[in-house]
Amino acid sequence: MTTSQTPVLECKDVSISYYTRAGAVPAVYDFNLTVMPGEAVGIVGESGCGKSTVALAIMQYMGRNGAITGGEIRFMGRDMRTMSQEELRKIRGSQISMVYQEPMASLNPSLLIRTQLTEVLVIHEGISEDAAFKRAVEVLDAVRLPDPNRIMNSYPHQLSGGQQQRVVIAMALLSNPKLLLLDEPTTALDVTVEAGVVELIKDISQRFGTSMIYISHNLGLILETCDRICVMYSGQAVEVGNVKQVFDHMRHPYTRGLFSSIPLPGADRFSHPLVPIRGQLPLPRDRPKGCTFGPRCDFFQAGRCDDPVPMLDIKGDPGHEARCVRYDEIDWKKYRPKGLEAEPIVPGPPVLQIRNMKKYYEIRDNSIAAMISGTKSRFVKANEKLDFEAREGETVAIVGESGCGKSTLAKVLMGLEESTGGEVLVNGLEVGHMPVRKRPAGLISSLQIVFQNPFETLNPSHSVGAQISRVLRKFGVAKDRDEAERKTYELLDMVKLPREFAQRKPRQLSGGQKQRIGIARAFGGEAAVVIADEPVSALDVSVQAAVTGLLTDIQRKKRTTLVFISHDLSVVRYLADRIVVMYLGHIMEQGTTDEVFSPPYHPYTEALLSAVPIADTSVTKKHIVLKGELPSPMNPPPGCPFQTRCPRKIGAICETEMPPNKDMGNGHMIMCHLPDDVLRSMEPVIKVGRHDPDDTTPAAEMTAKH
Amino acid sequence: MLLLAGRRLASMILIMIVISILLFLIFEGDKLALAARVLGPYSPMEGRLQWLEDNGYNRPLIVRYFSWLYGFITGDWKVSAQFNRPVLEFLAPRLANTAILGLCVFLITAMISLVLGVLSGIKEGGPLDRVITVASVFTTSIPEFASATFLVAIFVFWLDWLPGSSSFSNGFSWVELILPITVLVLYNFGYYTRMTRASMAEVMTSQYVRTAVLKGLPFKRVVVKHALRNALIAPFTVMILQLNYLLSGIIVTEVFFAYDGFGKAIYDAALFGDIYIVQAGAMVAVFVAVLSQFISDVGYTYLNPRIRFA
Amino acid sequence: MTVTSAPATEMPRRRHPLIRFFKSLALLRESYVGMLGAFLVLFWIAMALGADLMPLRDPLAQSAPDLLKPALSASPDGGTYWLGTDDKGRDILSRLIYGSRLVLFWSILATVVAYAVGMLLGVMAGYRGGWWDEIISFFGNVLLSFPQMVLYLVILSNFGPNSDVGRYLGSALGISGTVVSGIIIIFAITFSVAPQVARIVRGLVLDLKTRDYIAAAEVRGEKPLYIMLVELLPNARGPLIVDACLRIGYVIIAIAVLGFLSLGLPPPDPDWGKMIAEVRGFGSIAGNAMLWPAIAISSLVFGLNLLADGLREISLRD
Repeated sequence: MTTSQTPVLECKDVSISYYTRAGAVPAVYDFNLTVMPGEAVGIVGESGCGKSTVALAIMQYMGRNGAITGGEIRFMGRDMRTMSQEELRKIRGSQISMVYQEPMASLNPSLLIRTQLTEVLVIHEGISEDAAFKRAVEVLDAVRLPDPNRIMNSYPHQLSGGQQQRVVIAMALLSNPKLLLLDEPTTALDVTVEAGVVELIKDISQRFGTSMIYISHNLGLILETCDRICVMYSGQAVEVGNVKQVFDHMRHPYTRGLFSSIPLPGADRFSHPLVPIRGQLPLPRDRPKGCTFGPRCDFFQAGRCDDPVPMLDIKGDPGHEARCVRYDEIDWKKYRPKGLEAEPIVPGPPVLQIRNMKKYYEIRDNSIAAMISGTKSRFVKANEKLDFEAREGETVAIVGESGCGKSTLAKVLMGLEESTGGEVLVNGLEVGHMPVRKRPAGLISSLQIVFQNPFETLNPSHSVGAQISRVLRKFGVAKDRDEAERKTYELLDMVKLPREFAQRKPRQLSGGQKQRIGIARAFGGEAAVVIADEPVSALDVSVQAAVTGLLTDIQRKKRTTLVFISHDLSVVRYLADRIVVMYLGHIMEQGTTDEVFSPPYHPYTEALLSAVPIADTSVTKKHIVLKGELPSPMNPPPGCPFQTRCPRKIGAICETEMPPNKDMGNGHMIMCHLPDDVLRSMEPVIKVGRHDPDDTTPAAEMTAKH
Repeated sequence: MLLLAGRRLASMILIMIVISILLFLIFEGDKLALAARVLGPYSPMEGRLQWLEDNGYNRPLIVRYFSWLYGFITGDWKVSAQFNRPVLEFLAPRLANTAILGLCVFLITAMISLVLGVLSGIKEGGPLDRVITVASVFTTSIPEFASATFLVAIFVFWLDWLPGSSSFSNGFSWVELILPITVLVLYNFGYYTRMTRASMAEVMTSQYVRTAVLKGLPFKRVVVKHALRNALIAPFTVMILQLNYLLSGIIVTEVFFAYDGFGKAIYDAALFGDIYIVQAGAMVAVFVAVLSQFISDVGYTYLNPRIRFA
Repeated sequence: MTVTSAPATEMPRRRHPLIRFFKSLALLRESYVGMLGAFLVLFWIAMALGADLMPLRDPLAQSAPDLLKPALSASPDGGTYWLGTDDKGRDILSRLIYGSRLVLFWSILATVVAYAVGMLLGVMAGYRGGWWDEIISFFGNVLLSFPQMVLYLVILSNFGPNSDVGRYLGSALGISGTVVSGIIIIFAITFSVAPQVARIVRGLVLDLKTRDYIAAAEVRGEKPLYIMLVELLPNARGPLIVDACLRIGYVIIAIAVLGFLSLGLPPPDPDWGKMIAEVRGFGSIAGNAMLWPAIAISSLVFGLNLLADGLREISLRD
């Protein structure tokens, strides 16, 4: 990065506001960013920090009620405010391109892929349709899409999510832009698919020399893909620097707080608990006059921190800036905030036992082809031969990607579906064939669920308190209105929400608060088993820590068995006692957390571990990227379900025979054809360098980012 | 796709059969009442019984139903008591009249609604949009006979430019069609304009249109190639359903302007008590309704790639 | 969150329902269009409710010498015929105002009945699915395939006041002709409107039932009826209220059309549609008598449409 080059992009003191009924709301202010050619800069922040607003502002596409109210944005040295609409139009798509979060929504459902791709070249470069077609096929190849011709002649809905996103990336790269904006490009994708796309993005920036701005809330992704990072909070950049500087020597308390609330490999809930950031993100019109992070900061000093804080250069660390007046006073080594502590629980007898459970769905095939061949109905084997158990007070995590059958399992447990075979025992009672309407009240209240989407988990038409009271009355915990009211308040206390919330409607609560109500509702009936279906995936990072902590806190007090469904291996490692890894309806591996996270691994687990981005510079990871797409549960591959993507496939046996379930000792089961000696000689996927990330000694091994 | 069309067709035929059964029961279920209506309220009982015998009304219900149905399919729609002519012969020119009126209204309404709807949907909330929306809401609030009243008051009574009734007394005349067409278009276009506008506005704020703009495509291309294709699917399919309304829903206009169309024929027959015309009319109307639904459904499936290439 | 869980001291009392109603009206202030619409609608409601309190002439009193007088002409009792008279010498102004009672009463009643039936069927079809859905949707399609006018004609000619059924109801049960007609009208309108409402509700329910809070209700063992009435329907409120306003407008027009075709309420009731039909044959001198009922209907329906639009704008902004 030589200083004599012109930066590709320069944002100087940019402020952006939205105009609502309530007046002008500043979404971003005092924002500075420089991107040099070939550089990849990551913008990190939680919802409402303004990162997506910045991306759209760079594109000069603010919509009807947004405007850049101050500062300048220079592209290749030219101030974008001086450009006419026509000039901007020429730049968009050819020199600055964007990749969006939801690939399906970004592609026109009524146009063929070929039209959407070729038009970029035809319009911007004036070449012929045929020439454009050839170039497009080349780029599709570069993004590693197999069979580009078929894809060109398809409609978007005929492709999978991962393929769609690659198409969007191809579309952005067609005219070799100088700057590529990526706004959460992999959030909507499965972990193993995400790993492939991330690798692709890294590859592209190397090959074509494209500068990138990568927007994400995932610190681990930024570490893996970017050279520099900008951390945003409530509309401002609070820390900027190159990735090593910031990750190893954080200076701003918010950055610090973010890192402490992410489960890193070194953390575990008993000895190194997560520390959530206290307080809440302020609404844009309620921002404090001084440091915006002040109210939530443990180092706030009246008199110094309540005036607006400028970005300060960190002495001795060129290129590293932080928006904190006390940055050199804070001794991070001595700072040990009280985390969510927990004593280890000794598990009791088994409460939930699943033996050989099957759940098949019948699909009626009414096409002409089926009528001819005589196969009118087919089966989707959503759950096949599931076998595991959970003990009292234990947390068992079910891990897998889409189509693995974890939601089906939850539905069978809750009685929304009936199992097709096998047994599901709750405290000895068989419930697999008992749909909800046949279950006795005692059973219903002892087996409850916390749902994934906090925005849909509460009925918007009724008050929060009414909904909790209803649950209490239904479960027989409260006999009349007064008792219900009393117990509702007790539950609100338990989830650490103010009692006035009982009168509020759900839309007046934030996502994290709604999820706490969901938890209160699930535990209202003194449940013995609570299923948590991705309870924190839809929440911001700092809120996740708090809600996760709440869940484990309650579980510990009540000795509830928690079945924690997730795709996020970092959280799972932090929380779970035992782990069950599922793929396409089968259990691939199960064991204690330590057993699953260290070798021997099932090849799928190995790939899954390698795919999860980790925000720790001291960690080295093996690099395994799976090829191909997640197969559809309607059309599972013959033999081992994983054989189409398995990097350790031995040969024909994987394609013909279902693998045996091997016991690697102590109940650690792996379903694989690999011989035992190969399994035991596997190397660990994740190696942790040191535990204290603030140690200033350089790490022994640093993976080169590329 | 063929399979979907086939299933819709089967469903439509089933609906027609059920409706025909219902109509049959309503109209011909009570034999005696029917005879009374056909022969007149003052006819003697023996005459009625004799008539019933002569016309095969004493056969079992099911047989009567099938022969009745068969009659419709073959064009034997019995004889009108009002005019003493075969019903088919009487209704055919009336149908033609309504078809002319209906077709003109359909084409004009379609053109106006699509154009206005697209224009107002492109810049939602803009000045053009507001004007068009208010005009649409205003005109759909005025029922046909009310707007006919106003127009007649202005153009016939006051200005004396147009004739007040459209009965084609001197053969076919375009002038006589102007007022009925105007009244119908005025009442109709508002609804379809607003539908088109809503669809267009939704598409223009969608993410894929944003992608198209951020790809640097010229605005015209974004609207024509990217937006319209998706925005016009729903309005198109709804407009086809208009055909159903144009056949029998324009009764009011026909009566107001004394236009000898299909709707007026049924209305007059109902008032008079001419059962066979009402029956035949109902069957035709239902057939057109079901047919238009079928075309609309198939059209929607064809135009929407997500369904067509599942 | 730093939260102190203080023991609950005072709970805010829920305000009186009437106060809540007026507060919700105040929401309309945000939409000019909605305000204008509400004004028009409230105007006519006030007319309908306050008809007896106003110094109006008897709407049914015929007056032979004063046929088809124009607006603002003098009347024999020394006052003015503010809007003129009709073909039988009846005062148009008072007929309009008394007529508003009929219009509003029967159209609102018909819409409410049709809505109740439609919502029930729609929520059953949407939530229960399976055979319920197939059958309800099929019969809904059957009814929707019946063109409205033909449907009215068939029902009215077979069950109307002049038919056997109608006369039976009138004589055996002693119900007045108006009420019989009204009941038949409600019947006819329910037949044509309920399937449309059912279709809308079904669509809304199909979308809503995928929400987690419905699964939460199922998972705690709630009965289907509870889920349909308490969990689903309240959330379909928004689009339904907007549709209801529009629907009342259509029904008013439908009833007026029926009146115009002499198929509606029997004479001498001051039905607005019939008022126009009665004077049509008199040519240009009937211009005044035709104009005012037309304006009345248009203004009321226009008000309802604007109100619906305003409500839609507000619900979108939420």
